[in-house]
Amino acid sequence: MNSNYHISSFCKIKNNEVSLNGSVIYNNENNNFSAFIKAAYKSLETNYAKFFKMDALSKLAFLAADVLLKNEHLNPEEENNIAIVFSNKASSIDTDRKHQQSIQNKEDYYPSPAVFVYTLPNICIGEISIKYKLFSENSFFIFDAFNAQHLLDNTNSLLSTDKTKKVLCGWVELDGDDYEAFLYLVTNKGSIIHNKQNIVKLYNT
Amino acid sequence: METLKQELKKNIVEQLNLEDITVEDINDNDILFGDGLGLDSIDALELIVMLDKNYGIKLTDPKQGRAIFESIEVMAKYIFENRTK
Repeated sequence: MNSNYHISSFCKIKNNEVSLNGSVIYNNENNNFSAFIKAAYKSLETNYAKFFKMDALSKLAFLAADVLLKNEHLNPEEENNIAIVFSNKASSIDTDRKHQQSIQNKEDYYPSPAVFVYTLPNICIGEISIKYKLFSENSFFIFDAFNAQHLLDNTNSLLSTDKTKKVLCGWVELDGDDYEAFLYLVTNKGSIIHNKQNIVKLYNT
Repeated sequence: METLKQELKKNIVEQLNLEDITVEDINDNDILFGDGLGLDSIDALELIVMLDKNYGIKLTDPKQGRAIFESIEVMAKYIFENRTK
């Protein structure tokens, strides 16, 4: 397997803080997730009208991806050959619960289409793909815990078989006010070698 | 009818998460979909649910929504004439 791939940048969103390549770019300590992500969206000038309609998991994934992809200076008019490999533990349970609440009362049965549409974790990939014109490979895996080896193998496979030029990958976990995003971009260039040790190190930093 | 229009605007802003739009920003004859407020197909389904939940109006054919949801003016008139609650 080719070991010449590199992590060109990484983003973390956790504990009311957004960081890019280890540097904090936004923090706000006194908010729940909903208020925090809204304030971060505005502060980071994330321009996407449908952001407020997304579910919480998609907002988290979208903002982390946006922080990384903004740095790539992609042409908004052109298709971009970037694959996505995401993972988490909770799947879409946060939204699944909201949907369940709306359908459990048979006397007052009004399931919201806007909630139902997010009852799959990979919908967040669609939101990112729409904004950045990513029509390449994408996957969303569910694990008991962060699985660096699987992300490494999957990403290397995509790159070595020329399925894509870059891979946006990582972990986006959300359940209520417990949330954590760790996304990184893998490509041919960069200062951090793409191996399991470095992925684990960045995740735990 | 004026009260109903204001109620509709408030519900649309709240239920469709139109964060940057206020009730005052929506004129009675503004086009709601496409180039107007920019609502999409999921929003249309939400409005169908709202008609049922708030006014007891069941739209069995989603295509009906195209005409009914043209503007606040048109929606209010339709609700006024067809509401069961």
